[in-house]
Amino acid sequence: MTGELVLCHDCDLPNRLGEVPEGGAARCPRCNGLLYRKVPDSIDRTIAFATGGLVLFVVANAFPFLSMEMRGNVTETTLATGVRTLFRDERPLVGSLVLLTTILAPFLHLVLTLYVLLPLKLGTTAPASRELFRLLHQVQNWSMMEVFLIGILVSLTKLADMASIIPGIALWSFALLIPVVAAATASLDTHLVWSRIGRQA
Amino acid sequence: MTSEVLTGCHECHLTLRLPALDERQEALCPRCGAAVHRRKVNSIARTWAYLLGAAVFYIPANLFPVMTVISLGKAQSDTILSGVIYLLLHDMWPLALVVFAASVVVPLAKLVALIYLVVSVQIGSRSRPADRTRIYRITEAVGRWSMVDIYVVTILVALVNLGNLATIEAGLGAVFFGAVVVLTILAADSFDPRLIWDRAELNDV
Repeated sequence: MTGELVLCHDCDLPNRLGEVPEGGAARCPRCNGLLYRKVPDSIDRTIAFATGGLVLFVVANAFPFLSMEMRGNVTETTLATGVRTLFRDERPLVGSLVLLTTILAPFLHLVLTLYVLLPLKLGTTAPASRELFRLLHQVQNWSMMEVFLIGILVSLTKLADMASIIPGIALWSFALLIPVVAAATASLDTHLVWSRIGRQA
Repeated sequence: MTSEVLTGCHECHLTLRLPALDERQEALCPRCGAAVHRRKVNSIARTWAYLLGAAVFYIPANLFPVMTVISLGKAQSDTILSGVIYLLLHDMWPLALVVFAASVVVPLAKLVALIYLVVSVQIGSRSRPADRTRIYRITEAVGRWSMVDIYVVTILVALVNLGNLATIEAGLGAVFFGAVVVLTILAADSFDPRLIWDRAELNDV
């Protein structure tokens, strides 16, 4: 790693990467852009967080996250019912956007992370790792679960004086999922993964 | 051999020594297989296209209701702004602040910031490139938070679904607002911050 020449992603300044301490980061001296962050045990940690995240993701999607009781009527909602209602109400574009940002992208994020990293951990490379690891980078941009949680909070407050709201088990998984996914993202050393994939390609 | 240029792969950040590529030429990254360009292709034109689209859609996004509440035969429609005012009137000002910031301030600030950045590159500005790069990084990071209103509509539509007693429907405003969010994200993605520095570097020579 020492002395490797990298170009700053934001301003294109060539930098020689010095020795970066564990947990430390190298920044561009000109624009302060992040050049490299070294995470201890990056691959192990990322696999752990992504596996945990996948379990929470399944729970968050399989159970209702909110129930509402109004004059004896109870309705429940899972992530998927929200999307389905939008499609039924002839709002397929909004429905697709919600489907992409709260279900597809987070799911792909976790699955692709494991698909690429598990074989690396075992010393091999999975087929199509290059393409899928690039896809992972795209997918992360569209995964917006943390924003969705704020959306739940706003909805709760809006409905509070109209009906009684019962939080479901999925809501708690959801709240846990967000820091776990953030940790899976933060612990992933893309620099390291690319050099491993590149060597075996 | 003299015209070799250091070029960074945009996908995997590998540093390549390539013959000087012009705007339209591309090479394939030997490590990740992505197409490599010295700068994002047609960055300025694409950023403008997305920005104009977002600015146009911003108007119906605010004029049309994002949702309609039908309760006991009465229908009440809410636009983004009237939703914020509703929260304010019901003494939920912290929440009103969150929604106002996410749905009004962020999209507008993003449009203004990106227009400023594109224009500054087009007129060849050399002033404060580090600060402009910081503006770009913030713009890139905050865009997603505008999705809050879309999610609120999604949740309410699914939850309040009790036939004649109370039903909530998603309005046309939500479609346009969603389009604004997506287009501003694509605009930020199309802009190449390295263009800010291309001009600034000329100054040193």
